[in-house]
Amino acid sequence: MNYSWLGVLKAGLGGNQSWTPAWPDQEPREGYDVVIIGGGGHGLATAYYLARDFPGKKVAVLEKGYIGGGNTGRNTTIVRSNYLWDEAADLYEHALKLWEDLSEELDYNVMFSQRGVYNLGHSLQDMRDIERRVNANQLNGIDAEVVSTTELKQRIPIMETGAHTRYPVLGASFQPRGGVARHDAVAWGFARAAAARGVDIIQNCEVHALDIEAGRIRGLDTSRGYIRAGQVGSVAAGHSSVIAAMAGLRLPLESHPLQAFVSEPMKPVLHTVVMSNGVHGYVSQSDKGDLVIGAGIDSYSGYSQRGSPHLIDHAAAAILQLFPVFSRAKINRQWGGIVDVCPDACPIISPTPVEGLYFNCGWGTGGFKATPGSGHVFAHTIGQDSPHPLALPFHLDRFTTGALIDEHGAAGVAH
Amino acid sequence: MFLITCPYCGEAREEQEFSYAGEALIKRAPLDSSDAEWGDYLFNRNNTKGPTLEQWQHTLGCRKLFMVERNNVTNDILAIKTFESLRSDS
Repeated sequence: MNYSWLGVLKAGLGGNQSWTPAWPDQEPREGYDVVIIGGGGHGLATAYYLARDFPGKKVAVLEKGYIGGGNTGRNTTIVRSNYLWDEAADLYEHALKLWEDLSEELDYNVMFSQRGVYNLGHSLQDMRDIERRVNANQLNGIDAEVVSTTELKQRIPIMETGAHTRYPVLGASFQPRGGVARHDAVAWGFARAAAARGVDIIQNCEVHALDIEAGRIRGLDTSRGYIRAGQVGSVAAGHSSVIAAMAGLRLPLESHPLQAFVSEPMKPVLHTVVMSNGVHGYVSQSDKGDLVIGAGIDSYSGYSQRGSPHLIDHAAAAILQLFPVFSRAKINRQWGGIVDVCPDACPIISPTPVEGLYFNCGWGTGGFKATPGSGHVFAHTIGQDSPHPLALPFHLDRFTTGALIDEHGAAGVAH
Repeated sequence: MFLITCPYCGEAREEQEFSYAGEALIKRAPLDSSDAEWGDYLFNRNNTKGPTLEQWQHTLGCRKLFMVERNNVTNDILAIKTFESLRSDS
């Protein structure tokens, strides 16, 4: 069923009784050409682009819980592409360009809103780094500008930009094409569009073991039985190391809790996204009206999907310093996700020593913004059994050659 | 949030007082390792789910490093060991 205003009108006149589920809940079949482990945004996007660009392949997505119940539904929905190094900038910009047409591509409103993203600088060194990054962005054809404190005061009047604060705002970088998208809609839109192209989406199906014979993947043992697979793509985010261990592999990843929280909904007060590495907080206001605030990662590794309260306290304090006007807003909900942090704050999109087994992981604290791009290049890496040119620098080999892509500065969250 | 008992100070204190210092007992690769072995030592981690043995430092206390066995799903502390205890075990 295609969604259209005419369809909404017709269904509305019929009392909204004619809507069908956006995608069918499939039973696993005996085997598939490609099995994707992980039904989050990246996994579903991979399946969608596989189905779109390699129509002959039979594809399934296995999700241990429900669609979009992991990090896809737990992030702070920020989208931007202002990364420092060419390799990362190209990858995230590829994603941003896909974001711009995504609602039409999927026939599903992902509510992508290019309201701009500010990264604040609080010290002279911050400002030098910001200028360097803005220059690098412009050389890579990415929209970026340095904004002065005076200008910031005009653009975001509620922000405290006085010189006497603990961390004075000395300026910011600004990416006008950055913004936010509705994360649930991204998962649902990709799931619906993938299912429409014949992808089986199998929920409540946890992978227990990988069947590997003579260095080649043969299938998977799951909580819903054995599934034969020609190729397997793991897009398991925080649990990537667990899947890798099933293949006898070790990855350069540490899983950490990362927390976020939202305030009670309120009238529009903040029209853009404000991030600060210096004081460890980032804030935007969702279309529903709640302030969405993200914290830094917990220092210890873990799979608990909840972190320590002092990080929430710290992020709230940082945001209140920047926006004293929020001091009476009440926190509504708080949650945590498990992020897989890579030593260079860049992802791994790569084949592995096991033939037919591929990993897309290590997105750490910033994977949401890359969702369509990550899926697109990973689909090509699997479909052509050779890394997509944009994915090549993110090969696992870089941890042997030493060709790391250090994006700690642009990753935006304290590690 | 959980409490850790420093084996040197002997008191259960908030996790904030300590610094996490990564997986324990990672053996340093020899200097004549291949690139792959060195990369494995430097970057790759087991990143196990469940009980793990890790290093913590009592940063805001005695500043000593020790080992904590923690279930990283429930954050239950299962055991606390000093590095000296390794020496007496062997």
